[in-house]
Amino acid sequence: MTTTAPAPASAPTVPQRVRDLVARVTGDEKHDPSAHSTLDVVWTLYDQVLRVDPGHPDDPDRDRFLLSKGHGPASTYAVLAAKGFFPATWLDDVASFDSPLGHHPDRTLVPGIEIGSGSLGHGLPLAVGLALGLRGRTPARVVVLVGDAELDEGSNAEAIQVAGRYGLGNLTCVVVDNHSDNLGWPGGIASRFALEGWAAAEVRTHDQPRLTAALRRTVPDRPTVVVVDTTAKPGTTVKESA
Amino acid sequence: MTTLAPAAPALDLRTRFYDELDPLLDAHPHVDVVLAVIGSGYMSRAIERHPGRVIDVGIREQALIGVAGGLALAGRRPIVHTFASFLVERPYEQVKLDLGHQDVGAVLVSAGASYDVSAGGRTHQSPADVALISALPGWTVHVPGHADEVAEILHREAAGTGRVYVRLSGQRNTRPHPVDGRLHLLRDGVDAPLVVAVGPMLDTVLEATADLPVRVAWTATPHPLDAEGLRALAGPTPVLAVVEPYLEGTSAAAVAAALVDRPSRVLHVGVPGETELRRYGTPRDHAAAHGLDAVGVRTRLRSLLG
Repeated sequence: MTTTAPAPASAPTVPQRVRDLVARVTGDEKHDPSAHSTLDVVWTLYDQVLRVDPGHPDDPDRDRFLLSKGHGPASTYAVLAAKGFFPATWLDDVASFDSPLGHHPDRTLVPGIEIGSGSLGHGLPLAVGLALGLRGRTPARVVVLVGDAELDEGSNAEAIQVAGRYGLGNLTCVVVDNHSDNLGWPGGIASRFALEGWAAAEVRTHDQPRLTAALRRTVPDRPTVVVVDTTAKPGTTVKESA
Repeated sequence: MTTLAPAAPALDLRTRFYDELDPLLDAHPHVDVVLAVIGSGYMSRAIERHPGRVIDVGIREQALIGVAGGLALAGRRPIVHTFASFLVERPYEQVKLDLGHQDVGAVLVSAGASYDVSAGGRTHQSPADVALISALPGWTVHVPGHADEVAEILHREAAGTGRVYVRLSGQRNTRPHPVDGRLHLLRDGVDAPLVVAVGPMLDTVLEATADLPVRVAWTATPHPLDAEGLRALAGPTPVLAVVEPYLEGTSAAAVAAALVDRPSRVLHVGVPGETELRRYGTPRDHAAAHGLDAVGVRTRLRSLLG
């Protein structure tokens, strides 16, 4: 079955002030693909989708965003700072000895960071456990961001299967697909989730209305995957299926 | 009207663990049980009476620990169980990161011990598990020697928040002893060398030393070691043996640290780590081959006595 998710009439692009915050982390004014590949997704989540309150970062009913691809935290740091989780001045000395912000984030040091990550393939299994623990107890959603190359790690396969079998409707996996996987994904990434019972959507990173709609969408009793192509040219066909 | 007498509690440690899960889930509403198939056939009452609280992830041990970490992040208290090889060794990075680095707790309960699965060969044996867990920050290791100790440890740790490893063995002692984390002197003797037996090694040590001039102390909690208790018992010039049912020398660093200011002579007895045995047979065969039966332990301890 293929459905079309309703698209908002207008959707935000990432404001320049947030891009400036990313630049404070990456240390230059130039466009840095590794820092920016996740920016559209993370900004859209925090600006349009997640129910989080920087004044209450430990609210038990908050939505959880898990950055599994922990080697690219600049955009997440910038968005959290823009939303007021911590002072923007923290962005100026990332990875110094006295900074709570490192090249891989540590949940115990940073308000708003839900998991410590950096070693690949840990976020999705943690997200599955988190979704299992929250399901039926709070309306919170769990959204985990992974990279297409990160999916190489076999731990993800285990987690995709468990989430599907347990029908975790409160779980969303966002795969930021910048086609960096060395061996590729014959047949595509979304189909691997769909086979395990996930509701799958494929969108382009710059198609803001569809990206927002896909990230907002949940399906009862089924986890959701949103594969976000960061390289697709405008006009490329995208599809959503459930 | 007649009433049936309640069934006697199981003596086997692993069976007692399974039997205890149903009352444990009743008593501790935050507890969930996470399995990777192993054990799921032995806890039908817990599964039936507590829908959704026994989570079997299939034969997926990375997910076993990852899911436990996620549950803990959600405020749950996961009790996680499978054989030690697949609970500690296979998902070791998950134990390190999904529990420790996230700064969350869990109760890992292993079966199999060092060579309970002697007929299964090396794939199902994990004598280094306590050493591996002890190498990570913030863990407590319990090695009970009696089923009643298992129940007490489980209920206490289910109510806690820490990272706990409970190692269940097919080997057991005839009597339970206090599982308060302390070292307990069970046989005294003036100025005699001290033998520290860990968990299920106690009865073997008592048999091995029945006519030897030694004192015998016991603990079910080798990590963190009761350093204060050891210092109190060891005296100013300690002559000491530690008999552990897992990798020989696992507690050596903790003992050395506790006695750093005293001239001491310490023997460590455990499962040798240099070679694979590559034999099947019974756990009793393996205990004898490793020098961990009463005869073997006695021989080693006599070398300490000189």
